[in-house]
Amino acid sequence: MSDLQPAAPAARVPRRRSNDPQPAGPLLSGPHAEMAAAIEPAATETAPRPARMQAARLCKSYRKGRVTIPVLRGVDMEVRDGEFLAIIGQSGSGKSTLLHLLGTLDAPDEGEVRYNGQRIDNLPAAKRDQLRNCRIGMIFQFYHLLPEFSALENVLSPLMIASGAWNFYRRRRQHAARAQELLELVGLGHRLKHKPRELSGGEMQRAAIARALVAGPDVLLADEPTGNLDRSTGQEILKILRTLNRQQGLTIVMVTHDLAIAEQADRVVRLVEGRVQRA
Amino acid sequence: MYKFLLCWRYLRTRYIALASILSVTLGVATMIVVNSVMSGFAFEMKGRIHGILSDVIVESHNMNGFVDADYHVQQISLVAGDYIEGMTPTVHVPGMLTFWQGNQLSTRQVTVIGIDPKTAGSASDLPKYLQHPENRRQPSFALREGGYDTRDQQSGVESGDRDFLAQAGWPYRRWWAAREQAFEFNKPQAIRVAPPELKDGEQPAGGNDESEEPASADGGPGALARQQPAADEQPADEEPGIDGAVAEAAAADRMDPFAMAKTEANVFNPLKEQHSGLILGIALSSYRNRDNREGFLLLPGDDVQLTFPNADSTRPSAIMSKFTIVDFYESKMSEYDSTFVFVPIEKLQQDRGMVDPTTKVGYVNSIQIRLKDERDGDLVRDKLRAAFPPEIYNISTWRDKQGPLLAAVQMETAILNVLLFLIIAVAGFGILAIFFMIVVEKTRDIGILKALGASGRGIMGIFLAYGLSLGMVGSGAGMLLGLLFVVRINEIAGLLSRITGHEVFDPSIYYFYKIPTIVDPFTIGWIVCGALAIAVLASVLPARRAARLHPVEALRYE
Repeated sequence: MSDLQPAAPAARVPRRRSNDPQPAGPLLSGPHAEMAAAIEPAATETAPRPARMQAARLCKSYRKGRVTIPVLRGVDMEVRDGEFLAIIGQSGSGKSTLLHLLGTLDAPDEGEVRYNGQRIDNLPAAKRDQLRNCRIGMIFQFYHLLPEFSALENVLSPLMIASGAWNFYRRRRQHAARAQELLELVGLGHRLKHKPRELSGGEMQRAAIARALVAGPDVLLADEPTGNLDRSTGQEILKILRTLNRQQGLTIVMVTHDLAIAEQADRVVRLVEGRVQRA
Repeated sequence: MYKFLLCWRYLRTRYIALASILSVTLGVATMIVVNSVMSGFAFEMKGRIHGILSDVIVESHNMNGFVDADYHVQQISLVAGDYIEGMTPTVHVPGMLTFWQGNQLSTRQVTVIGIDPKTAGSASDLPKYLQHPENRRQPSFALREGGYDTRDQQSGVESGDRDFLAQAGWPYRRWWAAREQAFEFNKPQAIRVAPPELKDGEQPAGGNDESEEPASADGGPGALARQQPAADEQPADEEPGIDGAVAEAAAADRMDPFAMAKTEANVFNPLKEQHSGLILGIALSSYRNRDNREGFLLLPGDDVQLTFPNADSTRPSAIMSKFTIVDFYESKMSEYDSTFVFVPIEKLQQDRGMVDPTTKVGYVNSIQIRLKDERDGDLVRDKLRAAFPPEIYNISTWRDKQGPLLAAVQMETAILNVLLFLIIAVAGFGILAIFFMIVVEKTRDIGILKALGASGRGIMGIFLAYGLSLGMVGSGAGMLLGLLFVVRINEIAGLLSRITGHEVFDPSIYYFYKIPTIVDPFTIGWIVCGALAIAVLASVLPARRAARLHPVEALRYE
């Protein structure tokens, strides 16, 4: 339980892995523009890294009345630690389903999902909830912010879910400071009190990223993060993701149907008809 | 944490849900008002019933009663003396009350109760309901020298309708007796519509005395001197008067019980003397005139005649006896106030022949027992029942006597509660429907929360807490509304009366001047808890549905 708790408030950015062979990079801070400028070309990495997530022979089908529609037909793939992986495929190729299976939002019909070598798809619901809460961050095409909450509260919501009312209340200042820092990191420091309907699409996605990172996850699953944004805004979002990947060593799995977007990732996995086709 | 925050946000943004709990609010408010008023009524009624009935009554099946009250009191003390605070014997007999009303005699059916003024106070609340402060301390059948309360004891309202009661008693008696003698009226009393007369002459009875009969009011002996010859003349005058002047007056004379007493030696002078005292139920005298003011047909100081059967079973006949009203009895229980007259027990025993001719020991109908603790009533009753032969004695508690009435009130309250609670239950279905709508509307948010790691339990908690807080808001508002209504109920009734022009709460029907209310915190607690339970129960189904939503489907939901 304790290892699933959110990172210590002292950490100003998502928690680094303890076994990371890389020395700690400079902490991200300051306005978004500076951060974007700090993005460097991909560092050459030769040493094989351990697999952060693995999917083995994943099958998933959906029922529509009497007809069963297979979506995934045995997907094998792995996500290495610190990798920025893009999954690309046409609509209906099952890429979103795969992402949901990786994020334990859904259970596969067959096959296994592993996280740090441990099988997670058959864990009890409470354990999976904890995993989603603390270890796996998720962002979506339609941002999925809670309309009743302000940007700051949206970012805080995973922490609220993780701790009880009393614990949260006791540490509310630390939590709020941390959430504010993350919002500043993604360039939304001036919009803390705004409700989602008062934010633009790009701003909402930034808030969603901050929310995904607040509990200090190792993996960020992004479901078409730029799908609903114009090109330049989408590029900004991608820059943020790249920076996080480079500087924090955050493992990112991004699903997209846009090849131009996918090409900015370290590696691209192509899904065709529910199977992986190496690009 | 997110549960409460979300719950709070939902509460502040979804006004439609607040509309759904309006019926909870109204239901709770109505239940509180109804319960308070009903328990107020029940309490007042119990108090009044209990006021005249003692805790336990030992009575005879026989109207002529049993002999020797003192012996019975001793025996009762032997059986249950530890529980008993006081006892008093009484005689009950049906009778007729006859008095002059305008120019004609008026007769009312009454229950004549013989009481012992020395012990009556120790066994019942009778003295509490008398109008003279001295009588309340120690009841007496001697006419008082004025000073009756001008204020309604129960409501405490100084209406002004009773101002002349301050001068009732001897001052009033002297006034009417003097006037009667001065005008040589043959009637025992003249028409008296008290309020207007007394109001005109600033000083009530005294002022009238001086203006109308200065001689008689100032000089007692003078009036007496004039009365003597008048009494002498009267028998002589009457004989020719029957066929002569006024037939109406003659008819009245024949009924006049004074006629037989009018011998020279034994003349009764109302200026100086009174008959045996009588305490009159106030509703036998008071009436409401067209302006809704209180008027009195009889006042303390007036003479009346009682007619009741004698106790001779072989040769029954009616006994007529003159009494002087010495006080009013006002329990606000209209059934009692309009039928009871209290007279001294010895007088009643003598008149009816309820005295053993050889031993001179009186008969009584019942013995009223006041207990130290009223709740021991059933115990004492059972003990006495075991000790006294049931063929002769009927032993019951006051609850047994008025059981049906109390049970009816209780039944009414219960049925009203059930009906009103059904209203709240109907409100529960409203909450159910609105919650289902909110769950559908919030499907995507539920998906988001699940993707962020919220458990099904947590999601369910949001909606249960939402239901609970809606219930709290609803029943809290209802409680405040209800309590406010109860506190201001008399003002509200007055306002409604003014608006509709129709008396909502008519004091002359209920004999309450205010609507009685009792707020029982326990009852309110139950009502609020019930409303909360209904609100929570109504949100259980929608909350379960929310908890079971599949996160992926919920996220896809548009």
